[in-house]
Amino acid sequence: MAARILIVDDEVAIRRLLRNTLERAGYAVAEAMNGREALVQASAHEPDAILLDLGLPDRDGLTLIPMLRKQANGVILVVSAREATEEKVAALDLGADDYVTKPFDTDELLARLRVALRHHGGSGVTPKLVRRGDITIDLDRRLVCRAGRELHLTRKEHDVLAVLARHIGRVVTHERIIAAAWSGEEDPRVEYLRIVIRNLRQKLEAPGPVGSVIANELGVGYRLRSDS
Amino acid sequence: MPLSGDDRPDPDALLRQAAQEGRGRLKIFLGAAPGVGKTYEMLSEGAARRRDGVDVVVAVVETHGRAETEALVRGHEVLPRRDVPYEGRTLHEMDLDAVLARAPRLALVDELAHTNAPGSRHPKRFQDVEELLAAGIDVYSTINIQHVESLNDVVASFTRVRVRETVPDRILEMAEVEVVDIPPDELIERLKAGKVYLPHEATRALNHFFSKSNLSALRELALRRAAQAVDAQMLEHVRAIGVGGTWAGSERIVVAVSELPGADGLVRAAKRLSDALKAPWTALFIETPRTGQFTDAQHARIAATMSLATQLGGAIATVPASSALEGIQAFVADARATQLVVGKSKRSRWFELRYGSVVDRLVRGTPGVTVHVLPVEEVPGPGGSEATQAGRTRGRGWGSPVGYGLTLLGVAAVTALASTLFHVLNLGNVALLYLLPVMAAASLYGLRTGLFAGLASSLCYNFFFLPPTGTLTVNNPENIVSVFVLLGVAVATSQLTARVRAQADIAAASARTNATLAGFLHQLSGVSEAAEAARVICNDVGRLFDVQAVLLAPSSGGGLGVLAATDPDYRLDTMDLAAANWAFDTGGAAGKGSGTLAASEWLFQPLKSGAGTLAVLGLARENGSEPVRADQLPLLTSLVNQAALVIERLRLQAEIRDVDAVRTRDRLRAALLSSVSHDLRTPLTAVLAAADALDHGATPELIGTIKSEASRLNRFVANLLDMTRVEAGALKLSVEAVDLSDAVAGAAHDARRALEGHPVRLDVPPDLPLVRADPQLLHHCLLNLLDNAGRYGDPGTEIVIEGRHRYGQLRLAVLDHGPGLPPGRETEVFETFRRLEGSDRAAGGTGLGLAIVKAFAEAMGLGVEAGNREDGSGAAFAILFPPSLIVRDVAQESIS
Repeated sequence: MAARILIVDDEVAIRRLLRNTLERAGYAVAEAMNGREALVQASAHEPDAILLDLGLPDRDGLTLIPMLRKQANGVILVVSAREATEEKVAALDLGADDYVTKPFDTDELLARLRVALRHHGGSGVTPKLVRRGDITIDLDRRLVCRAGRELHLTRKEHDVLAVLARHIGRVVTHERIIAAAWSGEEDPRVEYLRIVIRNLRQKLEAPGPVGSVIANELGVGYRLRSDS
Repeated sequence: MPLSGDDRPDPDALLRQAAQEGRGRLKIFLGAAPGVGKTYEMLSEGAARRRDGVDVVVAVVETHGRAETEALVRGHEVLPRRDVPYEGRTLHEMDLDAVLARAPRLALVDELAHTNAPGSRHPKRFQDVEELLAAGIDVYSTINIQHVESLNDVVASFTRVRVRETVPDRILEMAEVEVVDIPPDELIERLKAGKVYLPHEATRALNHFFSKSNLSALRELALRRAAQAVDAQMLEHVRAIGVGGTWAGSERIVVAVSELPGADGLVRAAKRLSDALKAPWTALFIETPRTGQFTDAQHARIAATMSLATQLGGAIATVPASSALEGIQAFVADARATQLVVGKSKRSRWFELRYGSVVDRLVRGTPGVTVHVLPVEEVPGPGGSEATQAGRTRGRGWGSPVGYGLTLLGVAAVTALASTLFHVLNLGNVALLYLLPVMAAASLYGLRTGLFAGLASSLCYNFFFLPPTGTLTVNNPENIVSVFVLLGVAVATSQLTARVRAQADIAAASARTNATLAGFLHQLSGVSEAAEAARVICNDVGRLFDVQAVLLAPSSGGGLGVLAATDPDYRLDTMDLAAANWAFDTGGAAGKGSGTLAASEWLFQPLKSGAGTLAVLGLARENGSEPVRADQLPLLTSLVNQAALVIERLRLQAEIRDVDAVRTRDRLRAALLSSVSHDLRTPLTAVLAAADALDHGATPELIGTIKSEASRLNRFVANLLDMTRVEAGALKLSVEAVDLSDAVAGAAHDARRALEGHPVRLDVPPDLPLVRADPQLLHHCLLNLLDNAGRYGDPGTEIVIEGRHRYGQLRLAVLDHGPGLPPGRETEVFETFRRLEGSDRAAGGTGLGLAIVKAFAEAMGLGVEAGNREDGSGAAFAILFPPSLIVRDVAQESIS
């Protein structure tokens, strides 16, 4: 059965565009043009994913995220023209699964949606083994292999990669990564994370371009790119 | 001689005219003498106005029981008088507040020169009238010619009657003047017929006053004064509307005033001269060593004379010099004066023989200057004995008893010394020894002690050494000479010393004044905010005069508000505020120690500039005494003038800043409009055209056009948003450690459409240190630099992003292959909406991108650079990270 997607946006042109795109990709689509309708639709249709615009006529989309989270079990993708990093971080902290800024690349949007849905499908149970290209990450045994050869990672590198791998394809905020890898340490800083990411990239990406495996979300966090 | 041929209106004159609007108009009925019918004329004209429907009231009119006048008064609405008990009698004064409350269109106020009863708001009735005018009420009033301030002396000189009630000339100058004139014969007839009211006790004196020759002279004066008033108003009008009026501008008048009574006569003469020549004038006082010995009364008289000069419209100056002659010569030369008015005191023949006439030397020493010499007559008055009092204090007193004691000791010591050495000294040398105590006493304790030493020395010399010793008789006439020499030396030494000391005193005083002024100016010169200037002015004035000071200026809510105060707990009651408002509105001093509202605890001095009064400085003393001594007034005036200049300078600067800001904004707005219309419409046109063409089948080319034009549009909108944030000052930094290799890769990814057709090489070493920056702003900087490189780089050429860590600084550069930048104009590319020649609009630049790069970089504390590549193959733009923004090595244990 096709996954059900709820589009929440007050602009009819955007809704039409999204509906076309999503239906062509094989999803079932419902629409809501404001916050109130979104809540009604969410409880009525139990969508698998909600594409949520933040600038709604009746209420701020940010306040809607926790309410939708309570009502529906689906993933929430924020699709908004707001690009301030605080807004992105706030949306993620409130429970959104990902954030796409307008104007968006439809292919990119579809890819994010796919990732979110796939991840959501196995919710509750974290996979033991995460694969990405020629990289295999064994979360239980703390083993990382590239092209069949085991890579030597430091403890911190391993902690950071593990957080990203558990949320593969989705952005993880700096705070969450730091909380996971530097928990209990005095004065953890973003610069430590930057250096660790740089070292990880050396080991996982070289000689490819920077960011091909671990993508940087400006001011928000990092994402382990999934295949596709 | 016309100064210049331009017909531009004089802004000051226009301002003065504008100030007149909204004020009431004053008409003065001017008469040559009592009895000519001024009051009658005023009442008749008032009646005529009333018949025209004008709201006329009689504020105060003295009918002196004359039936015709009384009949005229009866036709009018007469406001009740205010009864003031004074020394057992009851005076009936005009009720100023009643008139203000009644607010008629026209008020009739008789006897403009009248002095109000003590305790009234203003000492003089003309001040009441000024208040009525300020309230927008027209006033008709009357005055006799001898009450006009500048003519006071002239009238007194031929009538032998001096009136004490005078009205400043400026009042006449702002009024319409109508002369009420009857021939002298007729006036004398009326006098004989008893139709002229005269105060009973003065009848006999006034009979002399009413001689025919006097009346003719007075009549001529009145007519001339009226003509002059018309002249002055005409001139003002001509200057205001810029009709090429002739200026007698090359004339400058200086009047030298002294402490002697009668100096005010000189000032009035200068005023008359200035009126006749239409020339500016200055009252000059020279501070000499003698000034330090003046009595308080003399200081007060100088201040009064100077303030009279100010009232009469002259400038004032106080200059220190070693002698009056030198000071006057120097000032006249500096001010390029053409006319000099001096007084000649009656000095003895003997004095002139000895010192030569000062006036003669003055005339010789100031070539090209017309010198007017007027006799200074001492008018016997209440202060007639001051000169002698001053003479007494000038002698430096009797000296201290200690001085006499020490002198005696000195003389005794010399006597002892001389007697021990007598066998080796001759008589003459003993006399020389006695010079020592004489000179010491004269130089240390002044003339009298010196003379005492001389006397004691000669007695001792005579008694102990001159034969016959042991007696006071002298048998050798030669030795009498020795005695006189000792006395002479005492006199000469003490006088020399006294003069040197006085000169040193005045030099020190003048240096103190100059240092005070210089320090004050220095404090103020560094100030760029009006509020700070106000604080400095208050604090300095408070400190210098040891008073409380407040500075008031018009506030936005209307009325005066306090800008600064030395003591935060200052108290200004209703009376004080009234005085402050008075000082602000009239531009004259008010409050304690001034002529107006003296019941206030504060003295308020206006800070005036060419454009009017800017602020009011208030001074008060804790114990309620007069805030400023008379001899400090010139210093206060200088400080206030300087403060006014500074405040005006700041105000002008602020205005210029505002104008500049508006101009820049206008320029930007115009550029923005043209940029927006071009840069928004071009991609929209392309998108619409491509979308239309899609109907005939989609081609990859059309779809590519839509995508790239739309992304260009998106970039432009982002830039507009960014620029708005910069201009609105709404840039919020969120700085964190940034990995440049990451930032560069992200920017290159996001700019991929703009970079289409260019191979991109990222040359950022992986071991480059982290930097501190706002990742979002840095991203936008890089996007714009890449966008720029993609646009101006020749198609197909490589674009390089290069990061280098050198000399502690980190440099991130974007290099292209293309025409590069015109040499010498590299930095201009960072200006908003700037596109250099050779970069036509086809390239699609908005002129915003690089301005945003600069604004964002500077907000983050980074530098920007624009130039050409070293080999000249294209342009090189760089962002520079200073050492302070480079993250030091991260501890290994934190990351392993």
